[in-house]
Amino acid sequence: MSMFKIFNVSGSAVSAQTQRLNIVASNLANADSVAGPDRQPYKARQVVFSTTPMGDMGTAGVSVSQITEDNSPGRRLHDPKHPQADAEGYVTYSNVNTVEEMVNMISASRSYQNNVEVMNTAKTLLMKTLQMGQGG
Amino acid sequence: MLNRLTESLNFQATALSLRSERQRLIASNIANGDTPGYTARDFNFSDALRQATGQGSAGQSALAPSTVRMATAHAGHLGLNGRPAGSANQAELNYASNAQTNLDNNTVDMDRERASFADNTVRYEATLRFINGSVRTLNSAITGQ
Repeated sequence: MSMFKIFNVSGSAVSAQTQRLNIVASNLANADSVAGPDRQPYKARQVVFSTTPMGDMGTAGVSVSQITEDNSPGRRLHDPKHPQADAEGYVTYSNVNTVEEMVNMISASRSYQNNVEVMNTAKTLLMKTLQMGQGG
Repeated sequence: MLNRLTESLNFQATALSLRSERQRLIASNIANGDTPGYTARDFNFSDALRQATGQGSAGQSALAPSTVRMATAHAGHLGLNGRPAGSANQAELNYASNAQTNLDNNTVDMDRERASFADNTVRYEATLRFINGSVRTLNSAITGQ
C-alpha cells in the first residue's frame, strides 16, 4: 500500500520545518544579544534542506543536512557606558536580520500547514479505503 | 467462475493503485517545496493506466512520444527515469519545469501541486465509489433482492 509512505514523507517535511522554526526562534531570541567576554557575538543560523529518497518511484522526503552560521560582522554601536563595550567604546550585537527571520518564520509555518493538510487528506482517503465494499 | 465475477473490478483496482502512487508523488513534491535543487515529478495518468492495463489506444501511432523508449542492451542499463531497464509495468516519471524563475533551482510550484493533490484526491474517491457501486451491484445480484 503505497499511500502509507505519505506519512513518512510529510512527517519528515514537518520535522524539518520544525527544526527551521526552532532556528528562527533562537535567532530572533538572540537578535539583541551583545558579544560576551570572548568578543564573539551570536551568529545567525540557517538550516539547509536536502532531499532524502524514500523507496521507489520518486518518493522523496526532506532532511536537514546541515546548519550554517552567518559569518558577516555584527552590528556595532558606539556606547562607551555599556558594560560590554570594547576599548574603543563600541558594543557588538549579533548579526541577526529580524525582518529576514520573520519572513523565514512565515514561510516555514506555511510549509508546515501544507504538509499537515497532505497528511490529513491521506488519512481520510485511507479510512475510506478501509471501508471499501461495506456498502458505504 | 470466481475470477469472472471480480474481473470487472480489476480495472478500477489498477486505477486506484495508480491514483495512490500519484498521491504519494505529489506529497513528495509538496514536502520538498523548500528544498534547493529539487525537481518536481509527476506522471501522465492516462498513459500509465493504459500501460498498466495493457490497453493500447487505437489511434496511437508507433512514433507517439509516450511510446518512444531508449534501447537497452544490458540488464544493468538504466531507463530514461533512472530505473533499471527491466522494471516495466511502472509509470514513466516526468520532470516539471520552473513556473517562475528562482535562484535555488527548485521547480515545485506550490499552487500547481496543491491543485493536483486536490484533483487526485477527488478522483481517488470517485474510483472508490465506482468499486463500492460494483460491489453493491454484485451483492444485490447474489442476494436476489
